[in-house]
Amino acid sequence: MLDVLKKLEEEGYEATIGLEVHVQLNTVSKIFSADANHETEEANTHVSVISLGHPGTLPVLNAQAVEKAVLMGLACGSQISRYNTFDRKSYFYPDLPKGYQTTQDKTPICIGGKIPLFGTNLLQEQVELHHIHLEEDAGKSIHDEEAGTLIDLNRAGTPLIEIVTNPSVAGPDEAAACLQEIRRMVRYLGIGNANMEKGELRCDANISIKKKGDSLLGEKVEIKNMNSFSHVRKAAIFELERQLALKLAGEPVVVETRTFDPATGQTYGMRFKETMNDYRYFPCPDLPPVVLDDQYLAGLQPRANENPRVYRQRLTQKYQLSDYDLGILTEEKETAQYFEALCQQGVEPKSAANWMNGPLRSLLNEEGKNLSEIAIGTQQLAELIKLVEEDKLVYQTAVQQLLPKLPKATKSPLKLAEELNLLVSEDKAELEAIVREVLISLPKETEAFRKGKKKLLGLFIGEVMKKSRGKANPKVVQQELLKALN
Amino acid sequence: MKVDKETLQKVAHLARLNIRPEEEDQLLKDMGEILNWVEKLREVNTKGVEPLTHMTGEVNVLRADKAEATIDRQQALKNAPQQDGKFFIVPQVMKRND
Amino acid sequence: MKEYHRLDEIQEDLSLGKITCSQLVDYYLTNIERDKQLNAFVEVYAEEAKQRARELDKKIELKTAGPLVGLIFGLKDLICYKDHEVSGASHILKGFESQFSATAVERLLQQDAILIGRQNCDEFGMGSSNENSAHGPAKNPVDPARVPGGSSGGSAAAVAANMCHVALGTDTGGSVRQPAAFCGIYGLKPTYSRISRWGLLAYASSFDTIGIFSRSVEDNARILEAIAGRDEKDATSSSRQVAQYSNAQPHGTYRIAYFPELFDHNGLQPEIQEAYKNWVRELEKEGHSLVEESFPFAEYILPTYYILTTAEASTNLARYDGAHYGLRSGTSNDLEAMYKNSRTEGFGDEVRRRIMLGTFVLSADYYDAYFTQAQKLRRLIKEATEAILQKVDFIITPTTPTTAFEHKSHASPLAMYMADLFTVQASICGLPAISVPMGNDAKNLPIGMQIMGAAFEEEKLFAFSKIQQNNSR
Repeated sequence: MLDVLKKLEEEGYEATIGLEVHVQLNTVSKIFSADANHETEEANTHVSVISLGHPGTLPVLNAQAVEKAVLMGLACGSQISRYNTFDRKSYFYPDLPKGYQTTQDKTPICIGGKIPLFGTNLLQEQVELHHIHLEEDAGKSIHDEEAGTLIDLNRAGTPLIEIVTNPSVAGPDEAAACLQEIRRMVRYLGIGNANMEKGELRCDANISIKKKGDSLLGEKVEIKNMNSFSHVRKAAIFELERQLALKLAGEPVVVETRTFDPATGQTYGMRFKETMNDYRYFPCPDLPPVVLDDQYLAGLQPRANENPRVYRQRLTQKYQLSDYDLGILTEEKETAQYFEALCQQGVEPKSAANWMNGPLRSLLNEEGKNLSEIAIGTQQLAELIKLVEEDKLVYQTAVQQLLPKLPKATKSPLKLAEELNLLVSEDKAELEAIVREVLISLPKETEAFRKGKKKLLGLFIGEVMKKSRGKANPKVVQQELLKALN
Repeated sequence: MKVDKETLQKVAHLARLNIRPEEEDQLLKDMGEILNWVEKLREVNTKGVEPLTHMTGEVNVLRADKAEATIDRQQALKNAPQQDGKFFIVPQVMKRND
Repeated sequence: MKEYHRLDEIQEDLSLGKITCSQLVDYYLTNIERDKQLNAFVEVYAEEAKQRARELDKKIELKTAGPLVGLIFGLKDLICYKDHEVSGASHILKGFESQFSATAVERLLQQDAILIGRQNCDEFGMGSSNENSAHGPAKNPVDPARVPGGSSGGSAAAVAANMCHVALGTDTGGSVRQPAAFCGIYGLKPTYSRISRWGLLAYASSFDTIGIFSRSVEDNARILEAIAGRDEKDATSSSRQVAQYSNAQPHGTYRIAYFPELFDHNGLQPEIQEAYKNWVRELEKEGHSLVEESFPFAEYILPTYYILTTAEASTNLARYDGAHYGLRSGTSNDLEAMYKNSRTEGFGDEVRRRIMLGTFVLSADYYDAYFTQAQKLRRLIKEATEAILQKVDFIITPTTPTTAFEHKSHASPLAMYMADLFTVQASICGLPAISVPMGNDAKNLPIGMQIMGAAFEEEKLFAFSKIQQNNSR
């Protein structure tokens, strides 16, 4: 358990943490207008009269935005609201052209639900959600000392889902795990990229502490502007410690919004006092209600089932993987799918895991590609693995010389190995000759081995392997060496 | 139902309007008259009545997810009081309000 | 050039070669110039209209002209026309050029109507006299010392004074019907969602409609037929089929509800009371069934209307903040000052008053007491009105309690609000209503009577209005 949580417990307190997570949906167009919804370097080019809030314009809801929000809700096991309306949330800020944000206050599209947590030594198995709702994003403001504030409205109108947890996240590690699972889910479902550094997933944390047994929550402090999962974790740790120290000193915890500074690892009150805003929510008359029926939900359920929890369960049941392997293999859906396909090709699960988490992962890192980009089919890889396991290929040879050639290869690994003369040599005589050659070239070491320095065997094996250009089966090499040495 | 000067200033701030001291009295009077009038609504028993929130009979009006470029940056910035060819420019924020 | 009342008469003379589009445009431009002190037009598209007329005259020769050729119309300064200024009669949008046209405007232009200019109105549609305008007040052509009504005062005056044949205005609580009554012409507010609101500067989104001013019932019907119908850019626009309104013909007799309590209501000008009473008698004589009804929720109609419309308006007008377009005050050092100075300098008093009230109504403490309660009243009023319309074809009332009043004659905003009493009901309920001219008062000022029908029953409304039109002739 984290130190800070131990300290809290010792003093009779417990932490209440709630998260508000904004996730950008990867629709082709914005939520209420047809402007393009992807990243661009050019400011104010993905805009329209609607997203600029021009006089006389009206919003029209993007069907895919609804679908993606529902997919998330179904994957979380939420209740999907059958009757949906939108509300206007009023405030003035230059990145909000209409002077109000269109959101869902009264009828969030998903009610309740859970985010399962995956990791070791976590204090809870899942985080309960309060709700998920749809809303539009605001533009971006860039503060320039000389000119003033520069406004780019490309992002104004990007569809967001806001995922609000109950204030029952057990601690900083669980908060980070919750965000990681949200990111995984969003990517599995294909509803967003959830890259936190790019702002595609944003998190505000509400942190308070209360005496154990108290029903009333403590003074809530909101932490904003954290740019990574580890920042969220660090900010939560610092904040809990800060609040505990205040309480123990008999001082009040001020209800406020604070920012996190990664350089110092501390949270700070914001420079100017935040005025409590009255958002004056009321139903938006320009958007007719959205009514979802059983058929619609049933139609989306299969896609919603393509989520990390389901994959982890299935992979655990079928393949009995270690937690470590499971974690890596289910980080992305395409990895998990690839693994399953590889096993279906007849590769042993543990072997498949090792190959994917080892040599294949290294190759992907080297090439800077992901699984779908590397173009190595599971059939190809399975064949390669089989060749190694049947001692027809030496492991290092397979990894270093053949694997990199598999992308887009038109020939089978066997054919390639044959052409490149990489298959393990069956020629006993050749091997015996190489063994003799090596031992002759190392007379001192041979003598030493016979006198008892058994560790030298490794050196001999290495030399034989080198001389045989990776075509010797290491087991057989060892046998022959021992024969020759004894 | 009365509106006092403090409420008036709060509302003016929410609406981002300046109310000059010499305007306050008349505005208080106007709003007071109207609010008295408006108090009348509470006379009606509306127990069990659903608020009417949408006047259109349409439901499920959704747009296919297709992107369309309709105006370029120059047009977007055309009506801007201050811009630099790329961005809209506004004065510095003194305090954040959201 | 003779004074035309119907488009089909214009089109007949065009096809016979008796007149040309160019002559028509010149005729209207002359009238506009002659009566410019009425301040009905904010901007006249003289050269463009002439150019378009020349093109259309060629098309007429080639027999390729569209169905509305010869129609010259005006547009309220609250409706967008691409690459032209629209200001909502407000300083806050001075110089703003719209980058798209309202769907209603596009549909008329596609059918070869000519748009001759932008017309004066009350700022953002808020007013009943066209005295709240950044362009100065508009005047009633019948008596320029009096108001033309509002908010679409300029449009009504223009059509009445033959500066254009028809005009598009907007009606949120009576802003087409009331000026139509004051100026002695026809003014229609269609069923809410019948005409697309794309391009209409929003005042109160669940009340706003585009409305039509005309000199005949036939033309009103033709214009509605041309512009009504589903628009993918307005999600609230109705997907109901558009009837052939221009074919509307009265069939037999109708059942008509009226409110006898208005016969000696002391808020009503005596001549209007008389006109109403006489009309009811006339209709009875013609064989229609006249049914006595009580004005449902009479004392709650105006409060309900003002709470809901000011609340919606306060959010619809939040976009006018000097940040991305429109007026930005020159005297601001920081963002907050920019917002407050721009909006205070840019908006007129009435608009600021309504924004204040709407903001107040929506603010946390009062939301349930005022806003939600008003929404509940809205449902009650709508259901009660529709219950009457289940039993009858129409509800008839005077359009306004008085004829056109003099400029600067209203002491308080409250008194002005009372003038909307009869028109607001249809707006609360989203129902169609038309004001038809019915004689004059002792000062020769026009009297208008209002006919309200059930939702989407404009065809019947036009049919019945034709009876009144024939009787007036």
